[in-house]
Amino acid sequence: MSTTTLAPARRRVDYKKFLANNGALVGLVVLCLALFIATPDFLTGQNLLNIGIQVSTVAVLAFGMTFVIVAGGIDLSVGAVAALAAMVSSWLFVAAGLPGWLTLIGGLVTGLLAGMVNGLANAYGKLPSFIATLAMLSVARGLTLVISDGRPIKTAAEVSFLGGNLGPVPMPIVVLLLSAVVASFVLNRTVIGRSMYAVGGNAEAARLSGLPVKRILVTVFALAGLFAALAGLLLAGRLDSAQPQAAAGYELDAIAAVVIGGASLSGGLGKISGTFVGALVLVVIRNGLNLLNVTSFWQQVVIGLVIALAVGVDVLRRKTRNS
Amino acid sequence: MNPQPLVTLQNVGKTFGQVTVIKDVTVSVYAGHVQVLLGENGAGKSTLIKMMAGVYQPDSGDIVVDGAVVTLPTTRAAEDLGIATIHQELNLVPTMSVAENVMLGRMPTRHGMVDRRALRNRARAALALIGLDVDVDTPVGELGIAKQQLVEIAKALSINARILILDEPTAALTRHETQALFAVMADLRRRGVAMLFISHHLDEIAEVGDTVTVLRDGEFVAEVPASTPEAELVRLMVGRNIEDQFPRRAPVLAEPAEILAVENLSASGSFSDVSFTVHAGEVLGIAGLVGAGRTELIRAIAGVDHYDSGAVVVRGHRLPKGNIPAAIAAGIGHVPEDRKGQGLVLGASVNDNLGYATLASTARLGLADFTGQRRRAQAVAEKLRIRMHTIDQPVGALSGGNQQKAVFGRWIIAASTVLLLDEPTRGVDVGAKVEIYELMNAITDAGGAIVMVSSELPEVLGMSDRILVMRDGRIAGELSAADATQDAVMTLAAREAGSTEIDAIVDDIESDEPINEPINEPINEPINEPITTTTDGDLAAVTRDNAPTHEKE
Repeated sequence: MSTTTLAPARRRVDYKKFLANNGALVGLVVLCLALFIATPDFLTGQNLLNIGIQVSTVAVLAFGMTFVIVAGGIDLSVGAVAALAAMVSSWLFVAAGLPGWLTLIGGLVTGLLAGMVNGLANAYGKLPSFIATLAMLSVARGLTLVISDGRPIKTAAEVSFLGGNLGPVPMPIVVLLLSAVVASFVLNRTVIGRSMYAVGGNAEAARLSGLPVKRILVTVFALAGLFAALAGLLLAGRLDSAQPQAAAGYELDAIAAVVIGGASLSGGLGKISGTFVGALVLVVIRNGLNLLNVTSFWQQVVIGLVIALAVGVDVLRRKTRNS
Repeated sequence: MNPQPLVTLQNVGKTFGQVTVIKDVTVSVYAGHVQVLLGENGAGKSTLIKMMAGVYQPDSGDIVVDGAVVTLPTTRAAEDLGIATIHQELNLVPTMSVAENVMLGRMPTRHGMVDRRALRNRARAALALIGLDVDVDTPVGELGIAKQQLVEIAKALSINARILILDEPTAALTRHETQALFAVMADLRRRGVAMLFISHHLDEIAEVGDTVTVLRDGEFVAEVPASTPEAELVRLMVGRNIEDQFPRRAPVLAEPAEILAVENLSASGSFSDVSFTVHAGEVLGIAGLVGAGRTELIRAIAGVDHYDSGAVVVRGHRLPKGNIPAAIAAGIGHVPEDRKGQGLVLGASVNDNLGYATLASTARLGLADFTGQRRRAQAVAEKLRIRMHTIDQPVGALSGGNQQKAVFGRWIIAASTVLLLDEPTRGVDVGAKVEIYELMNAITDAGGAIVMVSSELPEVLGMSDRILVMRDGRIAGELSAADATQDAVMTLAAREAGSTEIDAIVDDIESDEPINEPINEPINEPINEPITTTTDGDLAAVTRDNAPTHEKE
């Protein structure tokens, strides 16, 4: 009576809705088909594993970024924090002589703390997240250089293991899938995850409903820092060393992945699955262009256009749906 | 009335997708005449004015300007014919000066540079058209909303608008500001400007309008003189009689326990030394002029803002300052003034919005209780008759009344026993208002207590059992429901302020009909058994036992 459902039109609407809500996925499938036709090198086991490894860093960074963007913020520091976490881990191993597993944890804690500082500056210091994390970007990158004196430091075996293989499967892919499951669980199932949507959608309404908005924001940035650290360790593990300039500019890839995945920079909207697809789109395009011998200079142009296209289509879709 | 209308929408219709929003409606505006457009939310008023303003094109029917059929493909085309719209959301750039805003898009230039002197002079001339006296160099954002509105009207007139469409211009204005706006409108009417006026305040219609076009569900219902009695207007608008606009039933409780006590509460600059108590089953109304500190007081009690001294005590327990979760745990539910900005996450689903207050308390090991939340939300949505397609629909897509019910629903799920309502029916149409009043009855029936701040005096008088009047942050007086009249309230609320304004307000009120009918008398249906357990009073009981009765549908 009070809840009227449009039963007859349901099927068709749902099918349309699926396409509309999964534009990035459709794009990814089209992209893969096109590459499959264009080059025989695309659909080979080795290339797919390559894509998996390449996507792992971007996607793990982007999962953390998804929390922040859903909660209505932005985190420009994830690339620098990733590098700092890996560098601290290696420093703990080489200079402080800690056992390998402890250096792994040390790296993760570094990311968590850096993220917490972002969150505290944002929630309690009232700095806009853009500014707080821009500052952290500079601080974290600087500290990385200070610790390393600008030189790479080798990683503990435990960290290198993250870049290795588990049987036939590369570890980065295992870590990627595990973090996708964890991130998705946090966002969808936990109180903190549901609260992120409320804070991003309307922080004042969330606060007046009794949600601890400031604590939520600190947690959100801490989680982003933690995921950034994990991405940094993955990257270092692959190279067996922490690089002072590692992950530079990756924050922009992470933001692009989240946005291509359908999140809104104004907050309250976004999914881990979308972010995953967004990261895949970026990596598959790069991979495909490489296979097609397109120079990295042109690749940047194409990536830029793809981001504009993806978000443009999304804006258009929302506009037509709203009117 | 002048024989030839300036603009006529002739048998217009408009369909979006499969939904017909306007069907065969004719409305005319005449020079020197205020045409009122009346209808509930969703009746098609805004679609209609958008057709006149060139935003939408009618699918059928004609737009006739000065006797000739025209098309208005853009707002620019409408403006060129002298049709200007003053939207509810003003189209001003807050950081730019008054002069720049008035002349926006037509900046006078000299040698390719902005000619500042000409800019100021022309802006001053525009403001003079409506007698608005502000410094044209002030950034518009620093003016109050009422003056911003007048700036926009001046801007419209300065581009030779002959037809002004005023879309709920009084919604955000105080009584006094409204009077000032009406004075400007009366002046414009004398000078032959045609106006199409939309308002949710029925009492404004007779005051400012000439004729009223009533719409319901996109169809033309009637055209009546603006002097038509309010009850008749309501009947035309909702299509049925609303027996009682303010159906207050105070429950008969044996010994009503004191639930909320506010003791000597002060916050510098907002309110000082405020004390009162509220008992189970009671609705305490707080009246006063805008700026009297009512909203600030409510927010302090709800834990939203800090205060300097005093105490808020719920059932004997003193609440910590500025702690919303503690207030919620003590049973306080706050329905804030600004539903869209403070009450709801518009993009989130009805389900989510109903559950925010109980997200943490119903969780297990940090995991949200999805199935339980859905069940509770579904039950409350049904009991409160929140009209929606599904519970997963964004709450922003619902009508104002249904959105407000969702805010209430959140506190019903949270089993709140003290509801603090700030302008609970603002932007809610007549039918839904009565539903909200019935909900208030149900809450007090279940042993809950309500503190209601409202700027609508009839509402305060009609729904409160006791009325506090605030003035300049202090309690100016307390009136029982029996003693309260608009006059008595306004005298308390406005004493000592600038005298001429008050006279104007009081004059205005004296002309109104007295509203207070006996309130405490139970109405025909049986009163629920007295509820004596107030310490664990469970508002969720409202949704089980005392569902409000509605005749709608």
